[in-house]
Amino acid sequence: MQRETVRDNSIFVLFLALIAVFLSPILIVVMNSFKGKFYISDAPFKLPDSTTYVGLENYVSGLEKTNFFNAFGMSLFITVFSVAVIVWLTAMTAWYITRVKSRFSKMLYFSFVFSMIVPFQMVMFTMTKVANVLNLDNPLGIIIIYLGFGCGLSVFLYSGFVKSIPIEIEEAVMIDGGNPREMFFKVVFPILKPIAITVAILNVMWIWNDYLLPYLVIGTEYKTIPIAIQYLKGGYGSIDMGAMMAMLVLAIVPVVVFYLFCQRYIIEGVVAGAVKG
Amino acid sequence: MEKSIKRYFILFTFPTLLAFTALFIVPFVMGIYLSFTEFTTVNDATWVGLSNYSKAFANQDFQNALWFTGKFTVVSMITVNILAFLLALLLTRGKRGTNLFRTALFMPNLIGGIVLGYIWQLILNGILYRYEVTLTYDAKYGFWGLVVLMSWQLIGYMMVIYIAGIQSIPKDLFEVAKIEGADRWAIVRHITIPMIMPAITICLFLTMTNSLKLFDQNLALTAGAPAKETTMLALDIYNTFYGTPGWEGVGQAKAVVFFVLVALIAMIQLSATRRREVEQ
Repeated sequence: MQRETVRDNSIFVLFLALIAVFLSPILIVVMNSFKGKFYISDAPFKLPDSTTYVGLENYVSGLEKTNFFNAFGMSLFITVFSVAVIVWLTAMTAWYITRVKSRFSKMLYFSFVFSMIVPFQMVMFTMTKVANVLNLDNPLGIIIIYLGFGCGLSVFLYSGFVKSIPIEIEEAVMIDGGNPREMFFKVVFPILKPIAITVAILNVMWIWNDYLLPYLVIGTEYKTIPIAIQYLKGGYGSIDMGAMMAMLVLAIVPVVVFYLFCQRYIIEGVVAGAVKG
Repeated sequence: MEKSIKRYFILFTFPTLLAFTALFIVPFVMGIYLSFTEFTTVNDATWVGLSNYSKAFANQDFQNALWFTGKFTVVSMITVNILAFLLALLLTRGKRGTNLFRTALFMPNLIGGIVLGYIWQLILNGILYRYEVTLTYDAKYGFWGLVVLMSWQLIGYMMVIYIAGIQSIPKDLFEVAKIEGADRWAIVRHITIPMIMPAITICLFLTMTNSLKLFDQNLALTAGAPAKETTMLALDIYNTFYGTPGWEGVGQAKAVVFFVLVALIAMIQLSATRRREVEQ
């Protein structure tokens, strides 16, 4: 018994050590964000000392160079509204094409699944052109672009879930004189809640971190966080390492906060999404 | 009931369908068409047949990118899945601290590719500095740098899927095996691995598609340097479109080849592993 606890404790200590090693790249970036920009590349593993410590200087210059808070606002706006639109509209579409069994529904379902395996580069150029012609190359329009390009996976996930709901519930409501629209919002959508969370989380992770699509569509006028970070790199290899470190830290903080608050949903959601996808 | 729902076709499907058609179907079909033409702004396309494809395949950068991406995909599929599976075995033995460990290991998966690329650029250049080289000194550093980055990002994700698989195996199977005198390795080989074949399928598939389509991490870590030697397919296609004037058609042809490749491999792998699942 005694020996068991000793072994358990040593495994626990081993876990902690492994976690520290595993997360050390992030800690090293945090540490370097407080060092002068010329003391970073050469000796990233050295702790700041009295000559290399610069306080918040990197944060000040980084915020100035990237306009980080604007980028944060832009990322937040695009992510929140795109995800809301996707979660809501694709649920309706998925329910409809699962319940109405026609050849058309089948064809739609197949097209949505097909769109999941198409890499972005395939439609990168033409989609940017279409977005330009339709005047969607602005922060509002990009919400519609995300709906169009992201609905495949979401419809697929919802459809799988709808198939598992017994249709009798819906039939009972209809016999009591409900109409499909009311029924969907009052009865079906609440049942879909678990898969809606999965859909929301997968889309948040994609859209928040997406670089190329917003860069091509709105990048010349508006910057999201990934665009702002990449913008810091500037021309041929000239990076202000100090500002870069500080902005990397600021880019990671919201992700960590989001993760700490929704940790359980995120891990469960991602597993559910992966298993069904 | 179907009939009354059918009347609501427009309300339920129209917004999604409109966006899907305009921003996926139309660009996709246009993309296929344009790969057979020469164009700069879409409107000025002239039919050139297969010449874009022959230019694409004869292109040194494209050949490099194909080879580099293929190697990278194979290596990262192996490193990510072996490490993730071993960690999952360790974490399903009900020890204290398991949850904390799982939470920490999953975290990198939430960080965006651009940010990940710059984090690892700092770390790897810091290590290589001691040997007086940098990440972009030789393609092999960029290659292994990307493998390390990819493993760091995906291990936690795959591990969580393996854990879910292992936890769904009925406990009595393990007990019977223990009573029969099977050692730990025999249990892993003859019970755990066959029972989690679905999880293995999913994880291999996810690592493969993620590796094939890698773009942000590639752009941030090395941007293809030195001399485009660490450019992967997605980045090469991007460079062809936006960095080589007059080559838009070739870029689109490369994109079609890329799409066909991803789709083919995805289908072969899914059907192959499905068949094995049935045999079990």
